[in-house]
Amino acid sequence: MLRVSDLACARGGFPVLEGVRFEIGPGEAILLRGPNGCGKTTLLRTIVGLQPQTAGAIAVDPDSIAYCGHLNGIKPMLTVAENLEFWAAVYSMRPIDQALEAFGISGLRDRLARNLSAGQCRRLGLARILVTGCPIWALDEPTVSLDADGIELFTRTMRGHLESGGSAIVATHSDLNTDARELDVAGFRVRAKAGTTFDRAFR
Amino acid sequence: MIQLLRRELRLSVRAGGGFGLSLGFFLVVAVLVPLGVGPDSAILRIIAPGILWVGALLACLLSLDRLFQIDYEDGSLDLLATSPIPLESVVMIKATAHWMTTGLPLTLAAPILGTLLNITPAGYGWILASLAIGTPALSMIGAFGAALTVRVRRGGSLLPLLVLPLYVPTLVFGAECARRGAEGLAPGTPMALLAGITFGALGSLPFAAAAALRTSLR
Repeated sequence: MLRVSDLACARGGFPVLEGVRFEIGPGEAILLRGPNGCGKTTLLRTIVGLQPQTAGAIAVDPDSIAYCGHLNGIKPMLTVAENLEFWAAVYSMRPIDQALEAFGISGLRDRLARNLSAGQCRRLGLARILVTGCPIWALDEPTVSLDADGIELFTRTMRGHLESGGSAIVATHSDLNTDARELDVAGFRVRAKAGTTFDRAFR
Repeated sequence: MIQLLRRELRLSVRAGGGFGLSLGFFLVVAVLVPLGVGPDSAILRIIAPGILWVGALLACLLSLDRLFQIDYEDGSLDLLATSPIPLESVVMIKATAHWMTTGLPLTLAAPILGTLLNITPAGYGWILASLAIGTPALSMIGAFGAALTVRVRRGGSLLPLLVLPLYVPTLVFGAECARRGAEGLAPGTPMALLAGITFGALGSLPFAAAAALRTSLR
């Protein structure tokens, strides 16, 4: 479904990652690991097409990826249902009840989003991914500000998504209780220019 | 896409920013000018089309700076850019929503405010027509400026400097069209040029604005 080969990407003009290669098939998930600032977000933003890669190729149908970044894109002056219905209409016309149910926010349906807590906003942001109906999920630290219950709901939803043939690429620091492969992003970091030429000369 | 338009309109009504603000500003300008110029109705009659046009132009600017910036700050712009809606359409829809909440009410209010400025009876129709044709260009050019300044933190003060010079052709031909109409001359030529600018802006600027947004999202 998604194949990344020899990908290099940059952030703010500085090369961050190079030689990234992996492949995800239906029902598979991959967890991006690595310390803060190692390029997980940059890699995700490159894969979903928000920024161009500096080298390499990404083989994927861009309309099949749903992206959820650090920010939830929630409009405070709309209700929970209105926020979600908009994305449902843009993507798939799926009913939103199931998505609200999956993240335990059915009771907040008619509440204005500005009155939600950070964790509830996150749940709403993740429910958006569900109504898109996209087969590939690209999630950037989805469990931030979720409580234990929320993390449990998220892992269950993701497992259901994988079992129904979907796939996911998730940048996370928490243990999601899945048997998904892990990819250490730090291993693809661009070395300092001087270092690489030195290595090559003495190899 | 109609969903995005509905959402934009709903937001602008609920957030209380765009809708009343521009119209209120326009009203205040039209009321203040006669107070400043003095009670000579002959002078007012001459300057009325120009005042209405400048007022509409400035009122249009008021709600522009937040057009893309709110979406950029809350992450909606990332999500819209990765959604199946092309970014060019997003720009077009947002400019349309901006026009419906500022340009359209201004156009409809202009003949009423024209009374305060002692506009000639023949001029009512022409001020309405020239604003109806010209204000879509104001929203579209403004959307382009807003897209360029989306990453600038205090974009609100940079935007007018960028956009007002681009408004000059619309202002010149729009006010000329209204003036000629009010004085009983043939307003066909400036009106055709005004329409040309509007169509040119609508046809080309969504692409330019979308390109500017893509660059800002990197």
